[in-house]
Amino acid sequence: MPAELVANVVIAGVLTGLVYGLMALGLSVIFGVVRVVNFAHGEMMTIAMYATTMLFAAHKVDPFVAVLPVAALFFVFGYALQKGFINPFITRPEHSQFMLLVAVAIIMVNALLMIFGPDARNVQVDYQLESFEIGKILIDKARLYAAGAAVLTAAALFVFFKKTLTGKAIRACADNYLGAKVVGLNVKHLYALTFGLGSICVAVAGCAMVLLVDVTPGLGPYYTLLAFVIVIVGGLGSMGGALLGGVLIGVSEALAGLFIVPSAKSMFSFGLLILVLLLRPQGLLGKKQT
Amino acid sequence: MTRAAVLLVVLVALLALLPWFVGAYALSVATLILYFAYTGQAWNVMMGFAGQLSLGHSLYVGVGAYVAGGIFFHWGIGPWAGLWLAIALCVLLGLVIGFLAFRFGISGVYFALLTIAFAEFTRIGFDHLGWTGGPGGMFLKVAQRDTWDIASFRGPPLMYYYSMLALAAGAFAVCHLLLRSKAGYYWQAIRENEDAAQALGINTFRWKMLAVAISAGMTAIAGVFFAFYYNNLFPEQIFNISRSIEIILGPIIGGLGTLFGPILGAAVLTLLSDGITELLIHFGWEIPGIKQVFYGVVLLAVVMFLPHGIWPALARRLRV
Amino acid sequence: MAGACAEAARLILEVHNVSKSFRGLRAVRDASFGLAEGAINGLIGPNGAGKTTIFNMIAGVYAPDSGRIVFQKREIQGLRPDQVCDAGIGRTFQIVKPFAGLTVLDNVMVGAFLRERTAAGARAHSASILRKLDLDAKATLPASSLTLPDRKRLEVARALATRPRLLLLDEVMAGLRPTETDQMVQVFREINRTEGLTILLIEHVMRAVMALAQHIGVLHHGEVIARGAPHEVVRDRAVLECYLGEETEV
Repeated sequence: MPAELVANVVIAGVLTGLVYGLMALGLSVIFGVVRVVNFAHGEMMTIAMYATTMLFAAHKVDPFVAVLPVAALFFVFGYALQKGFINPFITRPEHSQFMLLVAVAIIMVNALLMIFGPDARNVQVDYQLESFEIGKILIDKARLYAAGAAVLTAAALFVFFKKTLTGKAIRACADNYLGAKVVGLNVKHLYALTFGLGSICVAVAGCAMVLLVDVTPGLGPYYTLLAFVIVIVGGLGSMGGALLGGVLIGVSEALAGLFIVPSAKSMFSFGLLILVLLLRPQGLLGKKQT
Repeated sequence: MTRAAVLLVVLVALLALLPWFVGAYALSVATLILYFAYTGQAWNVMMGFAGQLSLGHSLYVGVGAYVAGGIFFHWGIGPWAGLWLAIALCVLLGLVIGFLAFRFGISGVYFALLTIAFAEFTRIGFDHLGWTGGPGGMFLKVAQRDTWDIASFRGPPLMYYYSMLALAAGAFAVCHLLLRSKAGYYWQAIRENEDAAQALGINTFRWKMLAVAISAGMTAIAGVFFAFYYNNLFPEQIFNISRSIEIILGPIIGGLGTLFGPILGAAVLTLLSDGITELLIHFGWEIPGIKQVFYGVVLLAVVMFLPHGIWPALARRLRV
Repeated sequence: MAGACAEAARLILEVHNVSKSFRGLRAVRDASFGLAEGAINGLIGPNGAGKTTIFNMIAGVYAPDSGRIVFQKREIQGLRPDQVCDAGIGRTFQIVKPFAGLTVLDNVMVGAFLRERTAAGARAHSASILRKLDLDAKATLPASSLTLPDRKRLEVARALATRPRLLLLDEVMAGLRPTETDQMVQVFREINRTEGLTILLIEHVMRAVMALAQHIGVLHHGEVIARGAPHEVVRDRAVLECYLGEETEV
């Protein structure tokens, strides 16, 4: 096996992995702050992908332009979902919250099936066929742009949480719910805001992903599981961990696809999840839960 | 006898007489309801009794089905022998998962994810397993018989109906007895407050493992039934996470940890699902996915407005 | 707290040179004491003195870093909480942990099943304990509906159902009003008198400690700084110094 082939595959894996990482970042932020298991996460990403294909089909809108209205819409949707549906469930037992989102996920997947049918859809822009050449290494332009969008969004989120007052307030809620309330933070609003931000991540990841894969309704559950695997492997509460986990999964899937049967590639991810849950449940970069 | 016992006897009697009043299609629906009532009850032992949320129960159905089906397919060994092997293997599997989870302190969401991971891992694994036919599936020889051949579990739909009825009633009886015994008290204690339970001398690890083992073993039986009733097995279908969700819908909608919950939930769901399908055909709205959307909406409604399930509210009315 | 006076009495529990640190912070430092069988013993000290840590080490929540804990001639340090209970030590929790979804009777039955083989036996034993603690009228109520004092009684009843030889009470008087405190004191006096149950209580409520305890040990910064009969201990200079500034009703 020529080295360049392996290198190309690894690089492609890293780039795709960064997009996975952004998707997982959204989940990590939601799970880490609101403590809600967003079982509809992958489905939301799939909706973003379909929205992008629709905009492209109708007006030839480039995904990187479509990302703006889609992300804005998702923010509003995420905020509303949290405020309207999930907030009342905070005090309910865990499995209740879980089932709520399972129900939402079921509705989403099948609504997509109803509207779009089971056939795959995608976008077709010119730069999907072009690549950068560095010596013998080929880097797909579309993949690079997608990864770039992912990193940019992640960076923006990072700055938001570290530097802005609202961001710090959200982190406070995550650390200490009661304490946050006591100092007068409007926790319900901040939770909804967090869900909105997580949804933006999903939207951007979706817009980017649609350049790399065809979208079918069945992708929803698959991405949900993948997001969880990445978050757990990378470490809950760690933004860098989500990206790192995404890259790891992206690369392992790419390599598994190359060296083993492609259809078995997700076995790796699940095997990795099991290992991490057993040996280092806080993930690679996560904090140990007290 | 308690009111609950009376209700049960009446129910079983009605169900036993059902075939005389309904046609073949309704009978198959009834068999399906009993199947989900049974698997729901089996799952309930882990969740409702011991408080461990398993979202990968399709693992045991699948392994049970493939083990019994596999040895029948390759070596003609009948389902009764296959049954024991299936149960043994699934119990072992459950104990492994339980051990990994409880020894390492994995609970709640993480436990649920662990169970999903195992089921998914197995699904993809079986997709590549030649011995069981891979993704193309495994097809057992179907012998349509009018006589009841219990030994090889082949016969008319009536036989399958009564077998499932016996299983569901048996599961109900076993769970009823367990709940009133030391095991039942200990499991509920663990579910309510594990620290307090330990302080009262309960080895919570051992009891949780027992719940997992019983739950897995019971579900394995459902798998064997599945194999010889449907006669074709596909990894993509039987290990699918949708199967796991189907299993838990009944108990959650009916009422977690209760005895009548899984049966009621299974009945409501299956009848609703069938009713909706009929309605949609009637209106000509046969769009793929529309049924599941209704499903999801019902689930959403129950979760939001009847958080403890339908049975507790109903039980209060009936004063059971 | 066995000091010079208890040489003659049998010691049901002996703590020998027990130490425990958490991430570098010394919670308990070389503590030693003994509990006379059949006596009511108090363990007091300011917040952070290490009382709960010692308590939890006896109860099996964690193992000491060094030292031994001997109960009825058997070493129990490092045993799991359920093993400790099986050995004959019952405990209550500072923040009560009832099995909220179960009835009062069922709560106690969970404890009873440790020693009773049948449900009928467990039920009978539990009923008699509820009578002793004046909770039998509430036997069929859900535990979640009880008031705080009743929840505390339930907690005690549950622990008693396991037929312990030693009962550990973790700040069981916290949150109770004076009349309720006096009632609890009566309950413990009664149990100690009729069953000879040895009791160790961690307490801040001095009213209860002085009324109940026959021997007291005082902890400060993880060390035992005094022990003996109540009237001796409260006059001890070291004890007065460590409590200076604290509110005490003696």
